[in-house]
Amino acid sequence: MDTVIELSGVVAVLGQFPALAGVDLTVQRGEIVLLQGPNGAGKTSLLRVCAGLMPIERGTGHVLGIDLATNREAIRSRVGLLGHTNGLYLDLTVMQNLQFWASTVAATASEVSTAMATMRIDGRLAGVKASQLSAGQRRRCALASLIVRRAEIWLLDEPHAGLDAAGRDELDALLRSAVGSGATVVLASHERDRALGLATRTVTIDGGGAA
Amino acid sequence: MSSTAIKKRGIAIAVARKDLTIEWNSRILVNQVAPFAAIVMVLFAFALDNDGILQRVAPGLVWLATLFSMLVVIQRSFTVESADGALDALRVAGVDMGAIFVGKAIALMVQLFVLELLLVATAVVLYGVEMTMAGFCEAIVTLVVATVGLGSVGTLYGGLAAGARGRETLLPLLLLPVVAPVLIGATRATEAAFGSGGTTVSEGWPWIGLLLVFAVLFCAVGTVAFGPLVDE
Repeated sequence: MDTVIELSGVVAVLGQFPALAGVDLTVQRGEIVLLQGPNGAGKTSLLRVCAGLMPIERGTGHVLGIDLATNREAIRSRVGLLGHTNGLYLDLTVMQNLQFWASTVAATASEVSTAMATMRIDGRLAGVKASQLSAGQRRRCALASLIVRRAEIWLLDEPHAGLDAAGRDELDALLRSAVGSGATVVLASHERDRALGLATRTVTIDGGGAA
Repeated sequence: MSSTAIKKRGIAIAVARKDLTIEWNSRILVNQVAPFAAIVMVLFAFALDNDGILQRVAPGLVWLATLFSMLVVIQRSFTVESADGALDALRVAGVDMGAIFVGKAIALMVQLFVLELLLVATAVVLYGVEMTMAGFCEAIVTLVVATVGLGSVGTLYGGLAAGARGRETLLPLLLLPVVAPVLIGATRATEAAFGSGGTTVSEGWPWIGLLLVFAVLFCAVGTVAFGPLVDE
């Protein structure tokens, strides 16, 4: 297995406050890693560091072999961070949203079709505006955009939020399927029992450090 | 052209197409903004209520109505980006912000140009403005050049205000003073095109030159500054 995330003693600061205080984390390709910890523990900050959005103050870190200290912007196009919003255009249809994402990375129509089929938003749903989708369907559309973008690492912040029980089951199945297709998933979730059933490994973040 | 430039051009075209598709799907420009602009022109006519004065001030009224309508179009352009965190998603995905700026500015320019044509036509019908062929050509050039300037600076300030609290009131406060030179230049050039107050077509070209300077300046500044401003 090859290492896709490797952090050692990473310290990151949010404004004037320490968000991460010496985090060590190693993630192998194909893993589903659950970050757990109380509110304010640094889970979201850790995801943002891994996405190349937050600079590190101290320590060393590599994501997909790219140095976080010197070239973190280069990471952004190769990972997908999905937070509390889905990043969809509500006045565009499912198909139009994915075609737009495809055009930003020169993905083909067949890649769009595959992503839609994988996330089960093809057929009738393809022509439905995002504003008319349920929360679960929107989330699936957002995950499909990660496939279209060819994101190698999926960083998911509370992916189960806003979904009903059936939607959560479906999301878990889709994430397992995505990992089977070569993606790596790191997720932060308060749905401890559910996420434990999904994750292949758990990392506890407390006080800004991984334990 | 380098592969990076081709990629940026592709992103800019995709963003412009996406914004125009959103407009096509929602019809906000046609159903809300254009009627708003037309109502503004009619209210000006009621307020001034004098054909002679209306013909004299028609160019200024056209551009004031354009500015008011532009504020609505810009707010809309960035509301669709923030409604479900789409602009954030693009930023997070490392999509080139300069290309996003160009794409959004092009879509805004297309919508503004359509709106301006409608307003000029309204001025001709409602205010009794008459134009020669040379004046008509000058009016079209004025619309194009002024639209490039307004679209660029509008997109830049729209992006700046998008993440701010009270953005609905902040945008006019920030934008209107900055576009004052474009308003002045476009009004003077349009006066020459309309022949308002005895002006001739040739008097408009220096103003168009000034508009061109602003258009180039705003395009360049916007392309460079949009990313850092949106990041902030």
